[in-house]
Amino acid sequence: MTSTTRGVGLAALEVAVPDVEIVAAGPDDSVDGTPVSFVASPTSTAEVAAVLRAAVEHDLSVVARGAGTKLTWGAPPARADLLVDLFGMDRVVEHSAGDLIVHVEAGLQLAALQQVLEPDGQRLAIDPVTGSRRLGTVGGLIATGASGPLRLASGGVRDLLIGVTFVRADGVVAKAGGKVVKNVAGYDIGKLLTGSFGTLGIITEAVFRLNPVPAASRWVTMSAGDATTVGEVVQTVIHSQVVPSALELDRRPDGTAEVGVLIEGIVDGVDGRVQGLERLLGAGESSDAPPPWWGHAPWSAGDTVLRLTTEIAGLPKLLDALDDATSGLSRRPAVRGSAGVGLLHASLPSDDSAAVAEAVTSLRHQSTRWSGDVVVLDAPGAVKRAVDVWGPVRGLDLMRRVKDQFDPHHRLAPGRFVVGV
Amino acid sequence: MTVDHQLRTGSATGTETQAPDQPGPDRSAVIAELARTLKSKLGADKVIDDHARLRTYECDGLAQYKVTPALAVLPEDAPGVQTVVRACNAAGVPFVARGSGTGLSGGALPHAEGVLIVTSRMRSITEIDRANQRAVVDPGVINLHVTQQAMPEGYYYAPDPSSQQVCSIGGNLAENSGGAHCLKYGFTVNHVTGAELVAPDGEIVKLGGKAVEPTGYDLLGVVVGSEGTLGVATKVTLRLVRLPESVRTLLAAFPSPDEAGAATSAIIGAGVIPAAIEMMDALAIEAAEAAVQCGYPEGAGAVLVIELDGPSAEVEQQFAEVERHCRDNDAFEIRIAADNAERALFWKGRKSAFAAVGRISPDYIVQDGVIPRTALPEVLRRISELASNSGVRVANVFHAGDGNLHPLVLFDDSHPGEAEKAEEVSGAILDLCIASGGSITGEHGVGSDKAKYMPRMFTDDDLDTMQMVRCAFDPKGLSNPGKVFPTPRLCGEVPGRRKGVHPLQAAGLADQF
Repeated sequence: MTSTTRGVGLAALEVAVPDVEIVAAGPDDSVDGTPVSFVASPTSTAEVAAVLRAAVEHDLSVVARGAGTKLTWGAPPARADLLVDLFGMDRVVEHSAGDLIVHVEAGLQLAALQQVLEPDGQRLAIDPVTGSRRLGTVGGLIATGASGPLRLASGGVRDLLIGVTFVRADGVVAKAGGKVVKNVAGYDIGKLLTGSFGTLGIITEAVFRLNPVPAASRWVTMSAGDATTVGEVVQTVIHSQVVPSALELDRRPDGTAEVGVLIEGIVDGVDGRVQGLERLLGAGESSDAPPPWWGHAPWSAGDTVLRLTTEIAGLPKLLDALDDATSGLSRRPAVRGSAGVGLLHASLPSDDSAAVAEAVTSLRHQSTRWSGDVVVLDAPGAVKRAVDVWGPVRGLDLMRRVKDQFDPHHRLAPGRFVVGV
Repeated sequence: MTVDHQLRTGSATGTETQAPDQPGPDRSAVIAELARTLKSKLGADKVIDDHARLRTYECDGLAQYKVTPALAVLPEDAPGVQTVVRACNAAGVPFVARGSGTGLSGGALPHAEGVLIVTSRMRSITEIDRANQRAVVDPGVINLHVTQQAMPEGYYYAPDPSSQQVCSIGGNLAENSGGAHCLKYGFTVNHVTGAELVAPDGEIVKLGGKAVEPTGYDLLGVVVGSEGTLGVATKVTLRLVRLPESVRTLLAAFPSPDEAGAATSAIIGAGVIPAAIEMMDALAIEAAEAAVQCGYPEGAGAVLVIELDGPSAEVEQQFAEVERHCRDNDAFEIRIAADNAERALFWKGRKSAFAAVGRISPDYIVQDGVIPRTALPEVLRRISELASNSGVRVANVFHAGDGNLHPLVLFDDSHPGEAEKAEEVSGAILDLCIASGGSITGEHGVGSDKAKYMPRMFTDDDLDTMQMVRCAFDPKGLSNPGKVFPTPRLCGEVPGRRKGVHPLQAAGLADQF
């Protein structure tokens, strides 16, 4: 291939980074519709740094990719000349079972990591809600800050990431945190990178704190009717002594809703807590297996995916407002997520992008009522063009200043994240 | 002013830094003007410029660093803090926020030519919101008061630093405070969901709130634990945790720390995460006995205080498992707290340990380092070697569950050379922590005290990168300068090309350690 980007040919990059595989992009390598010219596949932090330095030299914009499962999340980048594919960086650098920590490379798939931890009875307590294939990498997990049902008991990515190594936009390697769970030396840059969508640096290695896999797990599910009932059930569970690991809501387009509670622990303890919960709710069915919807994304390809946050008790208001705002769409929204945390996803039909945009705007206008945010996490291009996908952001000026410090030339995924970042 | 390499000591007779008490002549006119401005805007009773009264604030919990601030201001609300910060900004005067002044790293050490913003008049608990499991509080609110207010609702605030009866939430936020129970419950950063911040340029910014994970960069995640270098928190939203159904505590005595360490590993290896596992060695026990007569088992080379909490059925079974692991690892006596009074007695020995060391040594250094927990036996042996080779006594108290060591290095400052030797041993212990893959601070913070150790743990590039955040928030370097980082970064400069005297230093705005 002889084409060039910004006057740069593949040959020039090959010369600049002789040790890293760099190829011309193929038809599948676009980022949410933004064309890509080159794909580099570094295999170490040092190689990622070399690639970034070459990008600086040739003024290429850069987007990082793991498994590519969440590459369409957020806004499409304005430019994506060079895709840095981290899928080959998938080593487990250290698993210290006795210290309940693991140090991995960013391209390692989460599912593969859990397999490594399993023989020692440990897990990374993050079960992100994504599509059905569950291929996502650790780097993508951090960059998007994705979480799932276990968010309630174990916290989010931000709470479990204890150390991070990344490559800055200028090709400099930096790290923060470390490999001990308790550490307050210096700024916690890992938190800043979590959910930054690749706009502050390319995460190459991460250290996580781990949890023991509990001996027993049981799920209690009950149907919950309208939004008010959902709110009541959630309040009952969170104020109880059941100590759930997860408290999830599944609300289908037909208006039926189910609340699911995961109870984990030692065998005898779990049985007692399950019985206690059933007594408390006066209903519910318990099972050793999760309900079929548990931990699965509520959306299908082509849907508009909303990420919704709320104060815990604001959930009924959010659900009612969502119903209201989407009443003109061709189907009712499906809602699923961590009701006990106040972090949920909704899927809307995308066929009328103007109507979707209007619904999103309407929700945002009301969102102070439940103290939450409304983000269009993913959607077809027409919807993304019709609405600001990230919406209003508090502290935006500081965020822009952070971005300008880390990436003054806006080389990393420009335009993918909140406005001006 | 330069605060450099002075000794930490638990006694009032230790070495003190004699920093210049008065601003230089060129700055004193600026300070006087600032005092006039703030008095007229906030009221004269909120501004302290009397030298004798200012000396009240000359240090925090790390008493041998002493610097009298040029001015102290006690605002009553966020607009008041904003007024101070804006005025400082306009005048190019540094400011330092101070809560209760209990910090152990000199994080709230005043600046001789700066303003100390004291939050002790901002002590309202705005809201205990049970339905949302949140509390909204002022920065000067005492940590324990949050729990006391939340308890009638069946909730409490989990992070519990030893100073929780006096330390402030604002200080906890700045230092990302931990405590004995953070093994299971995490640190301040895991329990703050929102903060109103007066940024160093004087803008009031709201980060987060009652909902989790606000849109955009996790600025709150980096503000918590930034030791007051990214602004002043004026309102904090805290996560409240349901009071556990059951709490059980045991005290186990072992022949030596090796067995106690092995028991700790066995417990955690079995998948049990207690709320707390605390260890004390023989010397620490001796001190605690002398001070508070906690009645720990005689002849113990080490004791563990282990606490489990949660649903009753879980706690009962896990408690039996913990007991078994202690016996399997040669515990020669196990006591189980029968009631709250006995439980309090177990904790009394542990919680009084720092101060208690004053009973067996006129002076001591409180160290705070972290190691991977599995390195415990090895590191303890090395510390013991260090101690015997140098003739310096070291008492060990620590959060064994997460490898957070608090060695207490004992010395007598009236004997020439002892203080220096103790400082050497204390520094060498940090080197052991770093060599084992650990950290130079687990909960006390870097502050003034450990900035000089940061390059042993982080590269220049790492530190430069952290300071990019500083530059984004505080390009003039006015918010608590001289803390955390050994060398200030001139915002806008190209990293790694620093030459000669740093302009901020030359301007007297920052110190180089």
